Amino acid sequence: MVEMTGAKALIHALEKEGVDVVFGLPGGANLPIYDALVDANLRHILVRHEQSAAHMADGYARIKRKAGVCFATSGPGATNLITGIATAYADSSPIVAVTGQVPLAMIGKDAFQETDIIGVANPCTKYSFQPRSAGEIPEVIKKSFYIAESGRPGPVLVDIPKDVQQATAEMKFPDLIKVRGYSPVIDADLSEIGKAADILLKAERPIIMAGGGVILSGAFSELQALAELLMIPVVTTFKGKGAFPENHQLAMGPIGMHGHAEANKIVIEADCIVAIGARFSDRSVGKFDEFGKGMSVIHMDVDPAEIGKNKSVDAAVVGDVKSSLRSLVKMLSKRITKRDPDNPWLKRRKELITYYAETLKDYPREITAKKSLKKLREILPAQAIVTTEVGQCQMWASLHFDVISPGTFFSSTGLGTMGFGFPASIGAKAARPDVPVVDIAGDGSFNMTENSLAVSVLDNLPVIVFLMNNYMLGMVAQWQRTFYDRRYSGVEQHNCPDYVKIAEAYGAQGIRVQSMQELEKGIKIALKSDVATIIDIPIDPNEDVYPFVAPGTGLKDMITGA
Amino acid sequence: MSAASAATAPVMESDRSWYIITALVENKPGVLFRVTNLFRARNFNIESITVGSTEQQDLSRMTITTNSDERTLDQLVKQLRKLIDVVEVKVLDTERTVYRELALIKMKAVDPTTRSEIINYASIFRANILDIGKETITVEITGTPDKIDAFKNLVQHYGIAQLARTGVLALPRGSGT
Ligand SMILES: Cc1cc2nc3c(=O)[nH]c(=O)nc-3n(C[C@H](O)[C@H](O)[C@H](O)COP(=O)(O)OP(=O)(O)OC[C@H]3O[C@@H](n4cnc5c(N)ncnc54)[C@H](O)[C@@H]3O)c2cc1C
Ligand SMILES: Cc1ncc(C[n+]2csc(CCOP(=O)(O)OP(=O)(O)O)c2C)c(N)n1
Ligand SMILES: [Mg+2]
Repeated sequence: MVEMTGAKALIHALEKEGVDVVFGLPGGANLPIYDALVDANLRHILVRHEQSAAHMADGYARIKRKAGVCFATSGPGATNLITGIATAYADSSPIVAVTGQVPLAMIGKDAFQETDIIGVANPCTKYSFQPRSAGEIPEVIKKSFYIAESGRPGPVLVDIPKDVQQATAEMKFPDLIKVRGYSPVIDADLSEIGKAADILLKAERPIIMAGGGVILSGAFSELQALAELLMIPVVTTFKGKGAFPENHQLAMGPIGMHGHAEANKIVIEADCIVAIGARFSDRSVGKFDEFGKGMSVIHMDVDPAEIGKNKSVDAAVVGDVKSSLRSLVKMLSKRITKRDPDNPWLKRRKELITYYAETLKDYPREITAKKSLKKLREILPAQAIVTTEVGQCQMWASLHFDVISPGTFFSSTGLGTMGFGFPASIGAKAARPDVPVVDIAGDGSFNMTENSLAVSVLDNLPVIVFLMNNYMLGMVAQWQRTFYDRRYSGVEQHNCPDYVKIAEAYGAQGIRVQSMQELEKGIKIALKSDVATIIDIPIDPNEDVYPFVAPGTGLKDMITGA
Repeated sequence: MSAASAATAPVMESDRSWYIITALVENKPGVLFRVTNLFRARNFNIESITVGSTEQQDLSRMTITTNSDERTLDQLVKQLRKLIDVVEVKVLDTERTVYRELALIKMKAVDPTTRSEIINYASIFRANILDIGKETITVEITGTPDKIDAFKNLVQHYGIAQLARTGVLALPRGSGT
């Protein structure tokens, strides 16, 4: 037992959790915490907007596979975090957000900068705490990390009244805690795994759909072992992109609204689908009742509430996919030796890939989305980390940028938050300073959080903004072209701003390219740079993303644009 | 048609049944808010919800009744279980459950015939007269929701001035838990 203030206890508890960096911005209600930071063993990264602090913590978390931490003051500081918290929630990413709150006695009095942030954040947090006495803080922080990181991960909010930060108490820092109403399942029921094995062995045209859960659990080699044992083609969701090496002989890429044509096609032809850490989102599967018709469905997920939510299943393997996949592969290995790759189903896979490679036309221009992303892939080392903004840029990244090293790609997928990629890439860089980090960006999205350039420069976290610049809210423009008779409304950016100047204003580097050669040179310069680099790449505002499965239709209704 | 597609077919009104769910939850501030917010956010249709203390000081019991189809019920239970403050959730088998609701009903009752009729009905329904005023009679009635509905329908024509119901409370019969 040691006596200290609540604020000091918070910092100490974070250090005990192994936190090495926090992202935040101070204000009246968290001054005691910022004062305690002065003597702390933590790197504090001062953001220019709290939304970015949450995205940075999120980006950090997705790469470290450990909770990221962000700080904000009460009221507007806390509400600014919300978009970032909601983004993390939608993608099951663990963050611990610590907000200051007005003193206990002022709560409920409409005090200055008082917002009921627990109430506001409730629908987008896994849990939240508001410690009412300083002595609770060590246990609250321990529980926050446990809840954020275990089971299906997610954001946890800790809202600490200012007087609780200031008060002194005898502190006991627990090493182990229990949360009575919370016990995530890790090892799945063996009988369900057995059922899954039976179904798989009977299937003639099985397909694996790997989702975000595989990345969250780091079950990369386990997934590969299953796919290779039974020679099952692997599609992913967009969130699961990079769960499986996309240059693998069984890889088919993401499915869904903007999935790879061959992936969408093969899923329709399958007789069995194994969804691994995927939640059958409307963006992945199109119409729920059409998807998987006549197929046997195996669902492996850590969250029991996902079973049967959007799709009824024939086997439900509830547990951490790393453990479940190990057991499944072990069970299957006893019953089968490696399946022969020379079979009609894998021939069909090849046929589809060749067919669409020949049919889908390239957009006729010197620089196109596809060409520039292929070029980026060619030059970037395999272990580089890549994230994206939201819109066409994101979908082009999904379609044309192959992830080779599993777990090196992430994006705001569930919420689709414009402005996520850039701060998240900075968070990822803080987690892995040794590898290049690239944000495949759209101009509109980048605008939303571009002030993080200051952070990138001042905190020495150089990342590359690969700006696919159509000076257009391109994805919305595409929908207006497709569904609203080309009537543009609120989508044009009128060549504003000048991104090279923006970069320079912050002490970063801006490179405008006009040809594929210049692009190649630009990427190489950026990779050597010790400051953030924006590569401004002109993209034709009329270039569409194809294939496209219109909302409310099924994967079979895919429009390829060919 | 495969089992998978059958279960996703549009839900008919007639697929719905009446369910009683009980949940043991942490007895601390904000828990009721989290539960009701979940119902709202996920569009679950709740008929009644009660919260009160239990034999364990740090736990409260919530009793929830709903008219749902099986698929929605399954989601409701799973989503409830997912809440960290929710310790245990059970769907009770109404055949093996004792359940009661309490209602207070204030009726207009001025003339003596009306008054004696109400008092008579109350005694048949084993309801208690709580208050008799110059123009009203208030009764307390306990029973299954059906019984309360029946009494209400019976006295409706006298004019119900005010009515308050507690929602259902339930426990499994015998040594069931
Ligand atoms: C513009 C835009 C377009 C999009 N287009 C597409 C598209 O074409 N195709 C597409 O697929 N998506 C698309 N998305 C993304 C889509 O919105 C969803 O976010 C995505 O499909 C969800 O993927 P998921 O089910 O794999 O992942 P998540 O949302 O990450 O769900 C993960 C699942 O895994 C489980 N899980 C977590 N951890 C574990 C563990 N350790 N063990 C086991 N299970 C675990 C969780 O409980 C959850 O059920 C698009 C998004 C945007 C913004
Ligand atoms: C915060 C936020 N606001 C609005 C949207 C709706 N939206 C989706 S994509 C998009 C356009 C994105 O433009 P840009 O970043 O330039 O990418 P592009 O589609 O042009 O590649 C918009 C406005 C969103 N996803 N997020
Ligand atoms: Mg754009």
